[in-house]
Amino acid sequence: MKAVDLPLANGENSPWDSGTAELGHILHPGELDLSHKVILYLEDISVSFDGFRALNRLSLTIDSGELRCIIGPNGAGKTTMMDVITGKTRPDEGRAFFGQTIDLTRLSEAEIASSGIGRKFQKPTIFENHSVFENLELAMKTDKRVRRSLFSVLDSAAADRIAETLELIRLAGAADRQAGLLSHGQKQWLEIGMLLMQEPRLLLLDEPVAGMTDEETERTGELFLSLAGLHSLVVVEHDMAFVRQLGGRVTVLHEGSVLAEGSLEEVQGDPRVIEVYLGR
Amino acid sequence: MPTPLIVRFLGAFDRRGWQFAALFAALTLVAVPVMHLVVPSGSPLHLSTHFVTLTGKILCYAIVAVAMDLIWGYAGILSLGHGLFFALGGYAFGMYLMRQIGRDGSYQSDLPDFMVFLDWKDMPWFWAGSDSFIWAVLVVLTVPALIAFVFGYFAFRSRIRGVYFSIITQALTYAAMLLFFRNETGFGGNNGFTDFKRILGFSITAPETRVVLFALSAMALLATLLLARYLVASRFGRVLTAIRDAESRVMFLGYQPLWYKLFVWTLSAMLCAIAGALYVPQVGIINPSEMSVGNSIEIAIWVAVGGRGTLIGPLIGAFLVNLAKSWFTVSFPEYWLFFLGAMFVVATLYLPQGVVGLWLKLRARAARAENPVSPATKGARA
Repeated sequence: MKAVDLPLANGENSPWDSGTAELGHILHPGELDLSHKVILYLEDISVSFDGFRALNRLSLTIDSGELRCIIGPNGAGKTTMMDVITGKTRPDEGRAFFGQTIDLTRLSEAEIASSGIGRKFQKPTIFENHSVFENLELAMKTDKRVRRSLFSVLDSAAADRIAETLELIRLAGAADRQAGLLSHGQKQWLEIGMLLMQEPRLLLLDEPVAGMTDEETERTGELFLSLAGLHSLVVVEHDMAFVRQLGGRVTVLHEGSVLAEGSLEEVQGDPRVIEVYLGR
Repeated sequence: MPTPLIVRFLGAFDRRGWQFAALFAALTLVAVPVMHLVVPSGSPLHLSTHFVTLTGKILCYAIVAVAMDLIWGYAGILSLGHGLFFALGGYAFGMYLMRQIGRDGSYQSDLPDFMVFLDWKDMPWFWAGSDSFIWAVLVVLTVPALIAFVFGYFAFRSRIRGVYFSIITQALTYAAMLLFFRNETGFGGNNGFTDFKRILGFSITAPETRVVLFALSAMALLATLLLARYLVASRFGRVLTAIRDAESRVMFLGYQPLWYKLFVWTLSAMLCAIAGALYVPQVGIINPSEMSVGNSIEIAIWVAVGGRGTLIGPLIGAFLVNLAKSWFTVSFPEYWLFFLGAMFVVATLYLPQGVVGLWLKLRARAARAENPVSPATKGARA
């Protein structure tokens, strides 16, 4: 880009203005700012429960559009990390930012969810007494305040979106079925569908293929690969075949901090990772 | 063009709902008044004053039961203090009824009798305006709801739920009862308000007044049912049941459960207050025993027996339990509480959906017996 020499308001040239910097951009509070191509920053996050350090100065960044897998032995802090990102747990120390501007440690769960982070839990948590359709309707990105819920009617655009998602998660034939009656794999898919209805920019998926058949696992992998790019995904998974299918960068957590990061082959060859997984 | 809200609101009842509503209106607005006022008292078709008062009273209880069901059956919040809002509504309207006595009290004073008895010279400040009917209605509609709002805000914001919430509501109504028992509080102490003479200038014991109050209670119940039906069929209702089933999941979807709970909690309290205001002129007395813990628990029993999570259930429950009560307390007064407790235990253990659930189950069984489901459809359902 051609250099633009703009005098600052106070008449001085800023010392770091090398003459090649791009124009600054305007910040819109509450809006996701991806100007540095990074969607999630975690810096030196520590969380303790009764003296047990679940997260120990954890630092991690996720790029916009990236598909990242997180692996690690039990108790490595994977779920606690998701709790911190979604506001369920407040870190004792450290900073967590969504994009450049949204400070996750200051927002409530609902505010974080509306700002564009969706989470799928380890155990499928769908609304068992609602129908599949209603589950998706409840998740849909819309004004979620009481007043709107009282008076809103489902418009045709919204109904189309639900129908599309039903198609995508292969539950189109079960729209009116009570969600509690679905098979385990279908429940996982429904929850993924609910996540998509929220139109999140960042999806956190905690063991999304647990309890799925091999075929379902593979289809889930295809779905995630098709979502990456437009969305950013963080997948916590134990199933190495699934991690291999997804192919992205892999982060290994151990005792609350990052042990290794790289492609699956790289981390699998890392002696520290082998030690943690196999023990001495 | 979007459907006007009023049409959608009335559309909350389906065809069968409106048939039920029409039947109910015909019974309460035509049949009962005619059979009480027109049919001579010797005739077997005559309805006694006792019948009209008792049924009118139960209609008010049924409003409370539906209000309780909104908060317990749909939002999963068990309040054991709903008697408080009912009693507050009753007291608020009772103040007006006390002022309507005028100088016809035992002491022929402008002040209500209990104030003369306490040797008060002036009315306390909060009795200002109580001689106006409009003011009384306003107080009924706003004060209990406001108290519920403030209490609910702090309770729900602190994420108090489950049995802790139930216990706190119980403490709240108990504390209010102790407060109202004191003569200095200014609401007649343990005698409360009674000896009402008039309402809007009409004699309160006249059969015509009774019939009007009865019909108003019936219409209030019908309106409550329609409102409740609209709410539970809206997205609001689906969010509410979702909060009941998995509150944290609802938060991660971007909803703030606080405002949903607070809305339905405040509305529920307001409905109870309206019921209380209709109840007091019909029974002719309001005293702090309405705020006793037992009364609030009884409300939960009506809903449990009838079937929570359905709207017709609490209505049936309120009628069943109260008809049983009025028979038992006359025939075997000492066994009534045992029977009430037994009903609650049986409903909790064997009828999780109350009598409505039982009926649905029996009907489903009958339907299955009539045309057995083919193995193919059965498989699809499992």
